[in-house]
Formats: sequence, structure tokens, C-alpha cells
Amino acid sequence: MILFIALPIISAFVQSLFIQHEQVLIVSQNCGPFGCSEVTSIDFEKTIKLRQDAPLGKYNGINTYLNRSHLAFAEVGNAWSASETLVDFFNEVFNLPLYGALAFTLTYTAVVTPLVLILGFAIAIGVNGLPNIMKGPSIFVSLLPHLVTPLVGSLILFWMVDGDGIIGATIKLIFNDPDLSLKASTALTWTMLIVYGIWHTLPFSFIVFYAGLQTVPFETLEAALIDGATKWQRTIYVVIPHLVPLISFVTIMLLMDNFRVFEPIVSFSAEAHARSLSWIIYNDLRESGNPLYGSAGATSILTIIGIAFLLLPVLIRTWQDFKLKGH
Amino acid sequence: MQTQAKTSISFVKGLSFCLVCLWLLIAAFPFVWSFWGSFKVQSDFFSKADWMYALWGTNTIKETGSAFTSSGYYGAWIIKGFWKNFTNTGIVVFFTVLISLTIGTLGGYALARSGFRYAFWILMAALIFRAMPHITLVSGYLLPFFEWNIWGYLPTTIIVLVAMNQPFTLWMLHSFFLNVPKDLDESAMIDGCNRFQAFRYVVVPVMWPGVITAGLFSFLLAYNDFTVTVMLLSEDNETIIPAINSFLGTTQVEGKVMYAVAAVVSVTAPILVLVLFFQRQIVSGLTAGAVKG
Repeated sequence: MILFIALPIISAFVQSLFIQHEQVLIVSQNCGPFGCSEVTSIDFEKTIKLRQDAPLGKYNGINTYLNRSHLAFAEVGNAWSASETLVDFFNEVFNLPLYGALAFTLTYTAVVTPLVLILGFAIAIGVNGLPNIMKGPSIFVSLLPHLVTPLVGSLILFWMVDGDGIIGATIKLIFNDPDLSLKASTALTWTMLIVYGIWHTLPFSFIVFYAGLQTVPFETLEAALIDGATKWQRTIYVVIPHLVPLISFVTIMLLMDNFRVFEPIVSFSAEAHARSLSWIIYNDLRESGNPLYGSAGATSILTIIGIAFLLLPVLIRTWQDFKLKGH
Repeated sequence: MQTQAKTSISFVKGLSFCLVCLWLLIAAFPFVWSFWGSFKVQSDFFSKADWMYALWGTNTIKETGSAFTSSGYYGAWIIKGFWKNFTNTGIVVFFTVLISLTIGTLGGYALARSGFRYAFWILMAALIFRAMPHITLVSGYLLPFFEWNIWGYLPTTIIVLVAMNQPFTLWMLHSFFLNVPKDLDESAMIDGCNRFQAFRYVVVPVMWPGVITAGLFSFLLAYNDFTVTVMLLSEDNETIIPAINSFLGTTQVEGKVMYAVAAVVSVTAPILVLVLFFQRQIVSGLTAGAVKG
């Protein structure tokens, strides 16, 4: 098990230190009746042989991390000195691949997570108040968006928001703008992806909160009711404190899931406007014929570091709890 | 006063009822719509003239003579050979579930009975695996697999999927076996069973609820996976999800988007059935981590 976690990370790290071979060039002199000229051509045989001998490529050290498509310190520095305002600076920086992807990934995570928490809680309370006979079917329907394959779920939505699909056409009609396309502008693409993200992850937070609501002690609620608390007050002062551990659990899960957003970008074909970190890696590996292992490895390592930062507070708390329980 | 409080409560109730209805509509509508639309022709499903066409199938009647057509399904399954991808998925899913459940039950039982607190470490491993975007792991696997010449085959993919799935299955079954009282197998051993017989005759009959839940989640992971299968399988061995992805490119050009729509609906159907029959287990699995802390 550890083998399968540790090895790929090490492998990705090693790969990230190397860079693919350049093609082997031959410079030959081509002499004709009107003098000699130098011709540069590619020696395919030698190139292939070189690639076979050392499939990792040549050692590049930490340079891959520093180049334009990754941390790009040089470019960021330039942007800092060249741009007059902060807005200019951020525009420059977010044009760099890694920072652009980071910006989208973080925005997506930061918007989807709280919205899903709040809406999931509201719906859980709503379903809890339904008559018993309707609870089963509504849970069944609610689960679907979460369990269906992400790629397939986002495709279904994608066809609906297509210019000729039902939602796309309706939006055109509402805004009375026949050229309006959700896929053409960056802001609309981001909104679309975020709406999809909420649709996809909402059932998870809903179902966890719903299960939590079943465990709220009835006596406490009754006591609050006798003390004259309204429904609203009971929710705020009794139910929510009871659910705090669940809220932190759902938050962790959502953070992890949202941070690796990937499939919707593929099926919405949204890469022109929105790229996530996972998508960049995918794209590097897909580079036809000559996958950029080094680049993909470097982005992978940076992504792992990003997640570690995101989850560090949680891990430390779990560890403390564990030690507390242990002694 | 009394009536006022009552109306405000029923107002809140009504509001939350509306919210639930709205959510159910949003959750269900895309599926219903795509299912209905998959039996139409493209000019109805992506209607330029009037969205009502998709409901009544105006162009479908014009082109095929009936309001429903299965040409999309025929195109996807027969012409595009989707059945082959489906078979591949069947193989991958079957073996992934089988292997991870075997290791999960035996390992989970052993860990639960060994007395030492492994729970934390398994939980951590499961957590790390969940946190890691799968693509970062795949990017590590890819080059070695090419070098060893095992890229593109189904068994390789099965092994990787099992590896990604195992910590979660192990943790789930481990906490399930912790809830099976120790007295049960101890009394069997006092009656003269050895450890293995106790497991076989006493624990196995009571373990099915936990195994089914863990199996469902292994199934969903293997069935839904895109990242691993798209990177690790060659075109001949593609499973359904990457196959749909490659459909997208070709069908868009040929104007046969309906093939892809039909394929998507076919992929969703098994999940629908699964949720229908195993709703209780899925809910308990999704909430297991949270409620047990």
C-alpha cells in the first residue's frame, strides 16, 4: 500500500528533475557551384537511440520548477517591476500557466466549498421536515448527481447549456442576445464550472448533514422548545453546535475533492478559459508523441505541496486528537 | 401572538419545502431530459427552432416516422463498438472489486483483531489517497509502465485501481470488523475452531453488510474512473468513460452527437439501478467516516 503511494510520488519527483532530450542536430556543409552553405538537419536515428538509452531525459535539476510554465520567478519578478498597479501585476501573473491554473483551482475551491456547505445544510433540514413517505425518494434523487460519473454528469449539463440546448437557448431568450454563448467568455465559463461543481458535490454534504440531523438528541430540542426558543433559534443554538464535527469533516472532504477538479474541464472543453492544476498535468502527459514527463512531474509535486498546505491544519488536529485518545 | 408564531413557522416550513422541491428538480431534471432526448434525432435534442421540439420529437417524426428512435443507441453500441468498451469496463470493475474486497476483508479482519491501533495509520493513508489528485499519481506511474512494457493492458489498470482503492476499503472494513463482537469468534475458538475456521464459519456469515458497502464504493470508483483509465489504457482496451471522451472528438465532427448522448445515458443507467437497490448501504458508506469520527 505504502509502496503504491510512495513510489509514484518519488517517481514523479525524479522525473521532474529531468528534461526531455533535444533532438540531435547535424550540421553539414552543402557545397554547390555557388559556394558552400551550412545546413542543419535532425539526426533521427541518433535522437531515437538517445531517447531509448536514457528515457528519463537529461538531468535538469531544479530548473524545470523555475521555468516559465511552473514557478516562473523570473517572469513574476519582471511583472512586478514592469507593472504600475497591482491589477496589472496580477493580470500578468495569471497569464502564466501555473498561476492561472492555481487561480482557477483556488477560486473554484473557495466558492464551491462554502456554498455547498450552506445549501447542503438547508436542504438536509428541509428533507428532514418532509413527511416520512417522501424522504426515501428525495434522498434517492439527491444522490444521483454525486454518484454519476463526473465526466458523464458534466457532459449532460454541457449539452444542456449548449447554444442549442435547453438551458443555453433559454438564457439566450431571457437576455435577448442570440450570440450569447456560455463557452465564449471566461467569467461565464468559470460560473458554469462552479455551478456544475455545486450540483455535483451538494449531495455529499446533504447526506452527511441529514444523517447528523437524525442523531440530534430529542430531549435537548424539547428543552429548548419549552424554554421558548423559536425554530430558528433551535437550529442555531442546538442543531448547529451538535453538527460541528460533521461540518469540519465535510469541509475537509470538499476541500480535497474540489482542489483536484479535472473532469468537468475536459467535458466542458473549457481549457481555453479555465485550467486547473490537474488539467495541466493531464495536458503535459497527453502531449502527443512526446509526453513532457518532467513538466508533469514538477506540477504534480507542486500540487501535492499545495494540498499539504491546505490540509496541514487538519492533519495536525487529527494527530493531536489521536495522541489525546492514546494517553 | 400564538397565531403569529404559527404562521412564521409554517412560512419557514414552506420556504424550506420549496427549496427541497427546487433542488430535487435541479438534481433530477438533467437525467430525465437526457434520457428523453436520447431517443430523438439531433435536430430535436439541439433544437435551433424551438425547444419544444425535443419534447414532441417533431423532426424525429419527420426523419424516422416515429416519435422515438433508437438510432443513437444503435450507432453507439453497434457502429462505434461501444459494447467492447462495456466489456472492458466489466472486466476491470469485476476484478477491482474482487481483489480489493478479498484483501480488504482478510486484512481488515486481521487488523481489527490484532489489538494494536492501526486505525489511525490506515485512516491517514486513506485520507492521503483521497487528497491526492489521481493524476499526480498517474504521472508517476506512467513512465515506468512504458519502460516495463506493461502500459495499455487491463491488468495494469486493475492493479493501479486496486491500489488507489485499498486504503479506503481496508479502513472501512476494519472499522466494520471492530463492531463485530470479539466474543463471537472467541467462543467459536473455545469450541475447537482454529482461527481460520472461526473466520469462515462465524465471521463470514455476519460480514455481508459491511462487505456490500465497501464493494459498492470500490465499484463506483472503478466504474467512474476517468483519470487512470484514460492515461493507462491503449485505444483497443479503453473502458467506457475514456471511450466517451474520445467519442466527443469524432462524433462532433461527423455530426453524430446523438451517439455520444446515447452512450452517456447507457453509462448512467447501471448507476441508477445501483442507487435504487443499495441506497441504504451507499448512505451508510458516505456517512461512515463522519459519524464514527
